[in-house]
Amino acid sequence: MTDNPLLHAAGLSKAFAGVQALDGASFELRSGEVHALVGENGAGKSTLIRIITGAIEADEGSILLDGETLSHLTPQEARRRGIAAIYQQPQIFPELSAAENIALGCERGGLWRLIDRSARRRRAGQLLERIGARFSPDAIASDLTMPEQQLLEIARAIGADARLLIMDEPTASLTEADVENLFRVIGELRDGGAGVIYISHRLEELPVIADRVTVLRDGRTIATRAMPEIDRRELIRLMVGRELSAVFPKREIEPGVTALELRGAGCTTSGVSDVTLELRAGEILGLAGLVGAGRTELARMIFGLTPADEGEIRVHGEGVRIESPADAIRLGIAYVPEDRRRHGVIAELPVRANTTLAALDEFSRYGFLDLGRERDTAAEYVARLGIKTASVDAEAATLSGGNQQKVALGRWLATKPAVLILDEPTQGIDIGAKAEIHRLMGDLAAEGMAILMISSEMPEILGMSDRIAVMRGGRIVGLFDRAEATPERVLELALKE
Amino acid sequence: MNRYRREIAAAAALAALLATVALIAPSFFSPANARDLALNNAPALIVATGMTFVILTGQIDISVGSQFAVASITAGVLAKAGLPMPAVAAAVVICGCAMGAVNGVLVARWRIPSIVATLAMMVVLRDALRWATEGAWVQNLPRNFQWFGLGQTAGGFIIVLAALLIFAASIFLLGRVAAGRAVYAVGASSEAARLAGIDPRRVTFGVFVWMGALTALAAFVNAARFAEVPGNAGVGLELKAIAAVVVGGTAITGGRGTLAGTLAGAALLAVIGPALAFLGVNPYWEKALQGAIILAALLSEIALGRMQRHAQFASR
Repeated sequence: MTDNPLLHAAGLSKAFAGVQALDGASFELRSGEVHALVGENGAGKSTLIRIITGAIEADEGSILLDGETLSHLTPQEARRRGIAAIYQQPQIFPELSAAENIALGCERGGLWRLIDRSARRRRAGQLLERIGARFSPDAIASDLTMPEQQLLEIARAIGADARLLIMDEPTASLTEADVENLFRVIGELRDGGAGVIYISHRLEELPVIADRVTVLRDGRTIATRAMPEIDRRELIRLMVGRELSAVFPKREIEPGVTALELRGAGCTTSGVSDVTLELRAGEILGLAGLVGAGRTELARMIFGLTPADEGEIRVHGEGVRIESPADAIRLGIAYVPEDRRRHGVIAELPVRANTTLAALDEFSRYGFLDLGRERDTAAEYVARLGIKTASVDAEAATLSGGNQQKVALGRWLATKPAVLILDEPTQGIDIGAKAEIHRLMGDLAAEGMAILMISSEMPEILGMSDRIAVMRGGRIVGLFDRAEATPERVLELALKE
Repeated sequence: MNRYRREIAAAAALAALLATVALIAPSFFSPANARDLALNNAPALIVATGMTFVILTGQIDISVGSQFAVASITAGVLAKAGLPMPAVAAAVVICGCAMGAVNGVLVARWRIPSIVATLAMMVVLRDALRWATEGAWVQNLPRNFQWFGLGQTAGGFIIVLAALLIFAASIFLLGRVAAGRAVYAVGASSEAARLAGIDPRRVTFGVFVWMGALTALAAFVNAARFAEVPGNAGVGLELKAIAAVVVGGTAITGGRGTLAGTLAGAALLAVIGPALAFLGVNPYWEKALQGAIILAALLSEIALGRMQRHAQFASR
């Protein structure tokens, strides 16, 4: 190990549409070390990685590679300087052979250069052998298993002479034997002098593979420690350690009848299994878990997008089959999806058409749309939700993110649902709009709506929910009452192996 | 107002063209010429109306020319067999729905890209027809076929009236019926529409059936203009219809556009040829000018898209 770090990032800040993803974070990586990067969902890990790989540019701060300042880093430039990233989902060309994939990653030269196929094969063979991969350079990438594809990516990175390797959750879908092989390869890379940034939610891996660990929280660097000096409990404390502010207007509402009940419900195609859950009128049930834990998949199952194929779903005590969103809407279930810009509202349609889209039958008389009533209803929701728009005829595209979210919410309130599923209802919107949506959720619960809220924000989960269900691997692994839930307990369950 | 910029642009171009003609060659506006123009273009307007639905859904149908030919021959054969004209009309529309349903199944259920599916249908229908008729025309039609047996004036009036009625009904369908709203929603974002409880497959299927029905109706009223039915009707009709829709400001990617724009686009493309003749311009320029108009419409769509994105960024 040398004193001069391989990478030194200082004071990095980055905001997306007014939301601060990184807030003066710093990070240091030495040659010949594996440096783990941990933090909750939304702590800023991905943003940091995307800045280092040149995918996005920081608003503020500096990055030094070998003591040299990198300004206006592009992905091409980052690659040229030996920075490579491997993601959970391998970024390969599925139709090409392993050798071609490796060549595309590491050959230099113009588009008109001549290609030496046998040299490509030879080099790919050597690289694959070096990392202990047991497939041929001629194998078509899409025929390889997930761990093999990851090894292919690593071979490509080594072939490009990567000195700084970023691994984002590389073990998430690997078996024990594959993990062992991967760690051996990482160890060899480290011994060869490369620096590895290792992102993982599997905290128990870190003592095995990492030399140091840095904890990010709310876009800031909280601590960097040598791995032997820190234990799991301390890590979790550092990850969540924040005050729960009193901004959540939690109201005490006596829960009513059971609106939605799942008994051992699951969906094989989306990986949700054995979910037993009860949601009562007037209750807000928070669904916590890491990204990929199956929370959105559960919501999509309840809403009929990927229909349940095992277990039982009951609405107001009656067993039902939900095969399509239309079925769900008929049963009084509403789902405000996560990616509102793409799925929550239809940008090309005016606010009024967006408001009535899920309840068109309601607004039709003898088959004809009642445009007057549509206008009135839209105006009503614009006033009630405080939507800032020029008029109800303005296209949704002209609204800000927070206001689009309110339009998406208005659309579902117009269906008069008994069960409202909110998927990351305040993600990426400004503080003011966020508080308004929280207040509104309280109002709706008070009116007797049953609300299932998916959120990756711990304060939101703990602040808004009456009960909290924690998901991992497509299952519910724990259920807390509001009083007994703490950030540590929720995260501990979400992370546990 | 902003939302209808493209439609207004097409209408303005039409107005400018008509004004020029009015100044230089006022005889263009004779009743006889106007009637001819309306009659000649009524069938194409009906097809362009259906095409507006298809393109709004984010699809395309290039088999309408072949569907038109099949429907024309069907009309001729059935009339010759002695069916009364209303029965012929009904049978032809059913035939059109069936052809549209095949397209609909290919695109909506089997998820074949519409340009490929309808290209196949275009070739299959055209060549099946050639094989069946051996290129022969349907001749010796009963007297009640041409002009519905009512003479040119009344028959012509019925044809233009039919086109306008279909057009008006379509405006109503698109603007005032839930299904029309669903067409816009699916065209703008199929996944977002699905999340709102709309079944995009059903909408897409329905739109192709509707396209087939309108094409067949257009073929029926077109055939009634003549005493014989040719075996090769409707060649190039798909391009004419798509051009009218695009010039009228409907986004080729779906989700945005109006039938009023299609009317302006169809009128502009219909008028330009005869107008050039009245202005004494070499008729060889007609196609080139039509192409230039289509290109201008597409370029303005790209430019407007850019401007809108900038406006969105600015408002954030």
